[in-house]
Formats: sequence, structure tokens, C-alpha cells
Amino acid sequence: MIELDCRGLPCPRPVIELAKALPSVAIGEELSVVADDPAARHDVAAWCRMRGQEYVGEESAADGLPRYVVRRLS
Amino acid sequence: MARTRLNAVSTTRGYLDTASAEPLHPAARDTLLAALDRGWGDPRRLHRAGRDARALLDNARAVVAEALGVHPDEIGFTASGTDAVHRGLLGLVAARSADGIVHSAVEHSAVLHAAAWHDSPAHVAVPVDADARVDADAMAAAARRPGVAAVALQAANQEVGTLQPVDELDLPDGVPLFVDAAAAVGRVALPQRWSALSASAHKWGGPSGVGVLAVRRSARWTTPFPGDDGLEQLGESVPAALAAAAALQAVLAERDATAVRQRQQVDRIRAAASALPDTEVVGDPVDRLPHLVTFSCLYISGDELVSALDRRGFAVASGSACTSSSLEPSHVLAAMGALTHGNVRVSLRRDTTDEEVAEFCTALTEVVAEIRAGVGL
Repeated sequence: MIELDCRGLPCPRPVIELAKALPSVAIGEELSVVADDPAARHDVAAWCRMRGQEYVGEESAADGLPRYVVRRLS
Repeated sequence: MARTRLNAVSTTRGYLDTASAEPLHPAARDTLLAALDRGWGDPRRLHRAGRDARALLDNARAVVAEALGVHPDEIGFTASGTDAVHRGLLGLVAARSADGIVHSAVEHSAVLHAAAWHDSPAHVAVPVDADARVDADAMAAAARRPGVAAVALQAANQEVGTLQPVDELDLPDGVPLFVDAAAAVGRVALPQRWSALSASAHKWGGPSGVGVLAVRRSARWTTPFPGDDGLEQLGESVPAALAAAAALQAVLAERDATAVRQRQQVDRIRAAASALPDTEVVGDPVDRLPHLVTFSCLYISGDELVSALDRRGFAVASGSACTSSSLEPSHVLAAMGALTHGNVRVSLRRDTTDEEVAEFCTALTEVVAEIRAGVGL
């Protein structure tokens, strides 16, 4: 699974990076973004809803920061 | 030596942030200037200057009471809307033996701060739907839990304009309801079923530094802060209170006509925002404040949008984290599940023109396209 490192990047950069990386993932595959910006917790899920992708959920990266997982649907 | 400075009179054209502060209503300005010379005394003194100030304060209470449909002795003026929230809500709690506060997840930060300050394991934040509306049954059920002292529900949401089902709340006997009406006063008909209600004059065109606290005679309320019980001596400015009352009376006299005009203008802005790619208009499209519309644009930061619109002469607010002192985005947008970045709240003046709205829509469309072109998506 591709993991985007957005540590230290303010909103809306994590969502921009997610949108840019989406085409490199096959439909049905997952993609994740690690971000410490608190807005990402809300905005990754909102982006999925607005763009018709699936928000899989939140995990913890090795360093304890949240990792948000997305599945490409279209 | 520091000197006070006043810049030349500024125009309000392009100012679209009345949900933060409405420009001073002409009726308030005239009253304030007259009252500054007559209402400077301490209204609690028996001498001439005190009696003059007392007469003005009583007049202000009578006018605001009539506007809110209550008795003059149920009205007090505080130093701010935030202060009115703190005193109103915490005063209901102070009069009870329990200390839990049930509130919607989208209350103004003044309510959330009051609850945090009066910390209790019995507090409950009731979630909202995607339009920011709380479920009346869920809130009433939460109010039946043990340890609940009071319920707090806003009349309308300050960020997205959605009206709350205040009068539909079926609360258990003895649990008082606090209503933060700051966003709604002067805009829409107010809820009727409450024990205490707060408002803020600069949201309706009164001067800043005037909060209104209404407490029903039937309510059990005791001051939560040092001082005597009662709605006197809450830090009011007599001239400002009278000016606030004059503005409220004037705004209410023209409320319905203003609302009709503003709804049409807001509908135009909603349509323009909806037509932008990857943009979501948030808040209830129908049961809402007439003058306010909020939307979020993907891939843009709120501060870029606010700054770009400001350069084109339009002043708007944003709930995005990158525009505020906090790293946390708007708790209202988060509770709704709405996009928190690229957020803009537009709130119209009573005299915003159709031409201004059309120019804003054009500027918005261009600004969003320009910023997105730089993102490379």
C-alpha cells in the first residue's frame, strides 16, 4: 500500500497529496496518508465523500501519528 | 506616549461578515451619541445623574423586553454576548444540585468553554446531523440521564445558519433550558420555551460590548460569579445598552422585509458556490438564518480564500483552522462531517445590494479558479 508522508504539512496539503496520488493506485486498492495536521482527521473522510472514494479508517503509524486509509473506488 | 487614533470613516461596501459583527445601525448611532451625554452616571445612585442613567437603563430594558416578549425585570445587560452565555448557563446550573450540562456538539465556543470551566462527568455533547441540526428526541433523552443540571441549545447555528428544534425539546420537569440566541435575534422568530436566553448586540447592529441576558421569573437562577443575585450590575454600559435597544427595535421593524431580500441574495450565492467544482454548500438549505451561507472548497486553504477575497474588497469569515489562532478546525464543521478546509462563511448586511452580491459571486468564482490553478490538480 502506498503511504504518503504528510508529517508537518498544514491543511489542505494532506488532501492535495492524496488527490494527486490517487491515479497511481488501481481501482479497489488502498492508499494511506500520515498527517499530524488535526484537520486531516475530518478532511480525508470529507474528501472521500465528495470525490466518491471509500474512507476505510484511521490507524496508527509506527511513530504513533494517525494514518488515514482510503480505497479507490473510481 | 501612546495615542489613540481614528482612521477616516470606512465604507461597509463589500463587508460580508455580519455574523461576526453587523455595522452600527443608524438608530443605534444616534441614540448612543445622545445617551453618552445623559447616561454616564451610576444608575444605582439616587442623585440626579444617577436617576438620569436609571431612566435610560429602564428604557433599554423595556424596549429589549418587548422585543424578546418578556418582562423588563427579566432582562439584564452584560459586558458581552460571551459573558451573557457564561452567566446565563452557569447561573441555571448553580441553582441546581446536579452539575451536568447537556449541549449540542455545535454550540458557540462560549457555551463549550462554560461547560469545560464547570467540568463534570455528567456533561453530554449531543451529536448533530450533516446539516448541523441536533435531534430533539436524542437531546431530550440525554437530559433524562442522572446528574443533568441544565440543557443548552442554540436558536440557530452561528457558522452554518441551521435553525435548531428548540421548541420541540420535551425536557423532563425541573431541567431548565438555556438558549444562546446570538445568531438568531433580529433575524428570525425566536424559540419560546426556555428558562434563560442570551444575545449579543453587535450581531444585530447595536454597539459592541453589550450582551443581553434574559432569565424568566419562573426560572431558578443564581449568579455563578461573585456578586449579588439578580440581573442588575452585570457590567452594563447604560448608553451602549440603550443604543443596542434602539437598534434592535429598528431591526425588528424591518426584519421580515430584510429577510426576504437576504434569502434571495443568499440563494444566488448558494447557486454560485454550488456551481464551483469540488465545492460543498453546508447547513440546512431551507430552515436557516436568512442572511448567512457557508461553503467549503476542496484543495484550498481558508486563509488563502479570505485573503484573496479581501484583496478584491470582500470581507468574509472562515471556520478553517489555517485562518484562526488555533490549529483545530471549526468544531461545527467537524461535527457535521463537513470539509473543514477551504471554508467561507458569508453573512449579509441589512443593506447589502444585489449588485454587491453579483460582484461577490464573480470574484469568488475567479479566486477559486486562480488558487486551484496554483495547486496543480
